[in-house]
Order: sequence, then structure tokens, then C-alpha cells
Amino acid sequence: MRLHIVVKTGSNHKPGAEGPVAALVVAGSGGHTTEILRLMESLSAAYTPRHYVIADTDRMSEEKICTFESSKQHSDSQFTIHRIPRSREVHQSWSSSVLSTLSALCYSLPLVFRLRPDMVLCNGPGTCVPLCMAGLLLGLLGMKKVVIVYVESICRVETLSLTGKILYLISDYFFVQWSSLRDKYPKSIFLGRIV
Amino acid sequence: MKTVFVTVGTTSFDELIENVTTPEVAQALKSRGYERLVLQVGRGSLLPDPDSCPHVRLEAFRFKDSIAEDIQQADLIISHAGAGSCLEALGAGKPLLVVVNDKLMDNHQLELARQLHMDSHLLYCTCSTLKETLRTMDLSVLRPFLPGQPKNFANFLDKALGVQ
Repeated sequence: MRLHIVVKTGSNHKPGAEGPVAALVVAGSGGHTTEILRLMESLSAAYTPRHYVIADTDRMSEEKICTFESSKQHSDSQFTIHRIPRSREVHQSWSSSVLSTLSALCYSLPLVFRLRPDMVLCNGPGTCVPLCMAGLLLGLLGMKKVVIVYVESICRVETLSLTGKILYLISDYFFVQWSSLRDKYPKSIFLGRIV
Repeated sequence: MKTVFVTVGTTSFDELIENVTTPEVAQALKSRGYERLVLQVGRGSLLPDPDSCPHVRLEAFRFKDSIAEDIQQADLIISHAGAGSCLEALGAGKPLLVVVNDKLMDNHQLELARQLHMDSHLLYCTCSTLKETLRTMDLSVLRPFLPGQPKNFANFLDKALGVQ
């Protein structure tokens, strides 16, 4: 019952009306990071502080994030970078994926509970599932409503990623970038290509 | 000097590298006016020697921090179907020929290349049809690829979250 309430009232929650929007931004490897930083580039200084979370095996994302943040003009905004264990490697088996996701959850829960973001922004890597679950839990426990924003990768034209299929059910705002997906997933938001 | 840039991103695609350096394909490139061929071979096992290709001036490397300059200097880009490679080439406004690796199983990246092809933003072939495609391709049918609009996302989100 409480889960139903938390999931359904997302669209009424307006953290931006009360002040800056603290964002937890999940940066997956390679193309995911590039896409999420393009989205971040468009967001105003109202979205601060920005907490980036990357998988512990990811080398390149940290550099990309630092380069991006140092190019920002708003000098008064802050960012942090955190690492959590990767939920799942590409081609990892189902059973070991469950275990590694649970392990990632053990890191995600304290991190999200400590940071208390207004919003989680993610776009597909497995890393975002435990983080979004932690955000959902924060709401379930009545501690804070965390708005979950998911943007499916531009690579996804006909089919959703596994992460997308999972988060379609619990996200507050679910963006797809091709009309064929909007037709298949009526709850999704389609604004054309946004990266 | 008209240049072709071949990229396989972070993958390995030996079949493409092998194919594009054969005398027949090099001749096809030359007959279209291309004189320089630059290969980014990624994790592939083939890293051709500069002297190994007749008809065209050859350069080859595995990785660079950024291939933006190679893309800028190219008059034609031949790429694997990876999204990052495709979007980077299209973003630079370059004619793009995607070579699909039909040895890869269940490659979801094909979804994007296929859609972009349907929208006439790139040409499409396999290694076995590469030579013929290069001979007969008409780049004038390609339509410009407009960049995505992240501002639309920002405006929507600001409104949804009540940002002033």
C-alpha cells in the first residue's frame, strides 16, 4: 500500500519549488557516461549539489566527470564522486547477477541515506538499479521522497534495456528517445532525441 | 588529400581491417578519389603496416584519447555499428558507411544503426559487400543528422520539479 502511494505521488512532488535540487547522477561506463553528461550540461545551476556515482571498475568516467564539472560556469555549485561495486558485468550469469546486485545494494543504501538527494538521474547501467531501489526505500520509510528520473539510451530504438524494463515500473519520469518505444511503453515520455 | 577514416571503437573487427586493406578495396577507394586511409583498429589483432597497402597512403593505430581530429580530417568514415562511433561521425557532419559485423550475436547496437539507415543518415553494408558498396555508393542521398536537444529535457524537468 505504502509502495503504491510512494510510486504514484512522484509527479506531485516539486522539490525545485523549495530550493536547489540535490541530484544523484549515476554514470555507467562508456556511452552511458557521455549521454548522462550531455543531459547534465543542459541543467541549470538549480541542480546542486551533484553527486555522481560510478562503478568501482570504471576508470574513464571519473575523468570525464571532472572535465565536465570544471567547464561549468556556475562557480558556486558543488559536486562529489562516489564509487560502488558494479552490479553486473556484461554477460554475467543470472544467479551471480542477483548476488552482485545485493552486494551493490549494501553500498547503495547507506550512500543514498547519507546523501538524501531530491532526485536520482540515471540512464541504463545496472549500477542504477540498487541506487534507485535505495531511493525508493527512503520514500517508503517516510524519510524523504526521492524523484527517480530515467532516460533510456539513444541506442534503444525498439527494445528497452534490462534496467529500463525494471525501472519503468518504479521511476517517476521515464524518457525514451524513439517513438517506437513510446508506443510500446505508454507511461514513457517522448521528447525526441535529447542527447 | 581526400581521406577515409576507419573506426571500430573499443571492439575488435579484424574482418573489416583485413577487407579494407586488400588491393581491390584500396583500388575502389582510389577510384573514388580517396588517397589516404587511416585505421583505428581497437582491440583487433591486425595492426597493418603503413607500407602494406597499395594505391593509398596508410596509417594505423589502436586507440587515442580522442578521435575528434581524425574524424574532422576525414572525407568519409567507415565504422562498425557502435552507437558512440556512429553518433560521433554523424555529429561531425561526415558521410558515414557502417559495416555490420555479422559474426556478432544478438548485437543490440544494430537497432540504432538500422534506424539511422532507415532515416537516410548513413549507408550500410557487410564485409562481403564492402567493395561493391564503395564502388557504387551515392553519398548525396544522405540526409544531415540534427543534434539531439537536451534543452527539451531540461525544460520538461524544470517544470515537473517546480524549478523557478
